[in-house]
Amino acid sequence: MSMADAIGRYVHDGDTIVIEGFTHLISFAAAHEIIRQKRRDLVACRLTPDLVYDQLIGAGCVRKLVFSWAGNPGAGPLYALRRAIEERVPHAIEIEEYSHFGMVARLTAGASKLPFFPLRDYAGSDLPLVNPRIRQIECPFTGERLAAVPALNPDTAIVHVQRADRDGNAQIWGLLGVQKEAAFAARNVIIVAEEIVDEAVIRSDPNRTLIPGFIVHAVVHEPFGCHPSYAQGFYDRDNEFYVAWREISKDRARFEAYLDEWVYGVADRSDYAAKMLDRWRDLTAADRPCEPVNYGY
Amino acid sequence: MTYSASELMVAAAARMLADGEVTFVGIGLPNLACNLARRMHAPNLVLIYESGAVGASPDRLPISIGDPALVTDSLSVCSMYDIFNNYLQGGRIDVGFLQGAQIDRFGNLNTTVVGDYDAPSVRLPGSGGACEIAILAKKVLVIAPQSKRSFPERVDFVTSPGFLNGPGRRAVLGMPGGGPAAVITNLGCYGFVDGEMTLESLHPGCSIDEVRANIGWDVRIADRIDDTPAPTGEELRIIREELDPLHLYI
Repeated sequence: MSMADAIGRYVHDGDTIVIEGFTHLISFAAAHEIIRQKRRDLVACRLTPDLVYDQLIGAGCVRKLVFSWAGNPGAGPLYALRRAIEERVPHAIEIEEYSHFGMVARLTAGASKLPFFPLRDYAGSDLPLVNPRIRQIECPFTGERLAAVPALNPDTAIVHVQRADRDGNAQIWGLLGVQKEAAFAARNVIIVAEEIVDEAVIRSDPNRTLIPGFIVHAVVHEPFGCHPSYAQGFYDRDNEFYVAWREISKDRARFEAYLDEWVYGVADRSDYAAKMLDRWRDLTAADRPCEPVNYGY
Repeated sequence: MTYSASELMVAAAARMLADGEVTFVGIGLPNLACNLARRMHAPNLVLIYESGAVGASPDRLPISIGDPALVTDSLSVCSMYDIFNNYLQGGRIDVGFLQGAQIDRFGNLNTTVVGDYDAPSVRLPGSGGACEIAILAKKVLVIAPQSKRSFPERVDFVTSPGFLNGPGRRAVLGMPGGGPAAVITNLGCYGFVDGEMTLESLHPGCSIDEVRANIGWDVRIADRIDDTPAPTGEELRIIREELDPLHLYI
């Protein structure tokens, strides 16, 4: 399926969405298509709403942000998010914040179809004072006071992976983040893959399959779909772009110009990738294959 | 040999790490301190990053907590559920490094807002994993340059609890971790006595007056104040040539 079709079918105005990937495997390609299709009023959930959600927020797609760490990793704040919070530009957004463990626990509860998840966290922190959805419960066995966070079940999770087959059986290596939990928690799952491989390739290394095809609704083949994020074994993180984003996002006009050139000004991800061929050469990953294992018996 | 305040902070923090300890590492100076310790006296220090890399052995300076160099050559890479649930909540982390825009008298840290939560004068990134590291790690080390503004008597928002409002409070709340053990600033090193930040050593060339001028309360001073040892030539060589050759953090 094309990205345009996948977003058209599975991301609607007002939906709760998750585009996950912890630094690694962040589907910027999906976010750009959401911006192009002018989705509105999204509840955008993500542990680290870095550049990818800064772009969605600045483009006016987001009504509410649910998160645990909002910054440009290694390069400062997210200015489009700050404009939304501080100046209501392009419009006000609501925020609901947790810690990383809280967000991980929410998706884990969502994946298990449990109403909440208990964790030994938040005691003494002010976070529960500003987020009434972080609550306390008493353990029915020991009487201990524990924190509890509610399940997160997004309408749609968008998960980038290194390789998948046509049915969406998806393999990831390197940082796993919460890709698996996000997929199992969601009602609809879009798998975006660097590479589409034969089912036989997936079956040759089943331990590496994080997400089974039978929970997947759409499979999109999108090489370079994570840039400026990275895909281990394919291309490195574009740290220069993360640093450059600080200046781009700081200035509303530059932010708009960026969207005009790199989001609205390209038809799709292959168009985007073609515009930065030189960059790909610099970012292409070195070879570090692992020792094969024997699945025989 | 001359050195920067950051280099001294890195060397001082590195010396607080014992060989074999399992450390939850942050980007920036904590990352430099852990990798310095591993090359000096603590070759068996286990570096864990919240992104999922366990026993990481980065061959370049990680720019972000999810740098691919943390994966290559690590002992294990696991999901964030495993990191927070099994490693951290499971009690496997000896030392957690934290940073903060503000830290107060009782070691509480703020990375959420300066000012009022609903109308902040500065909106900061938020907790990330800091809240649970502060609660669950066996001990916490903090590296932070000090000023009256960043070391107020009481933080505007407790993102990551230290000793809250004094001794005993962590136990009452059932917090498993031991809380802050040391704060390393550009002027000196602090320990905690009865839950209160207490100056224990002064860096070369720094005075108690300077410490007092850059802290937001009448700070407790230990009976005996040591001199923080200056970084050695070998420590500086490793920091400058091997760990941060582009001088991004030092």
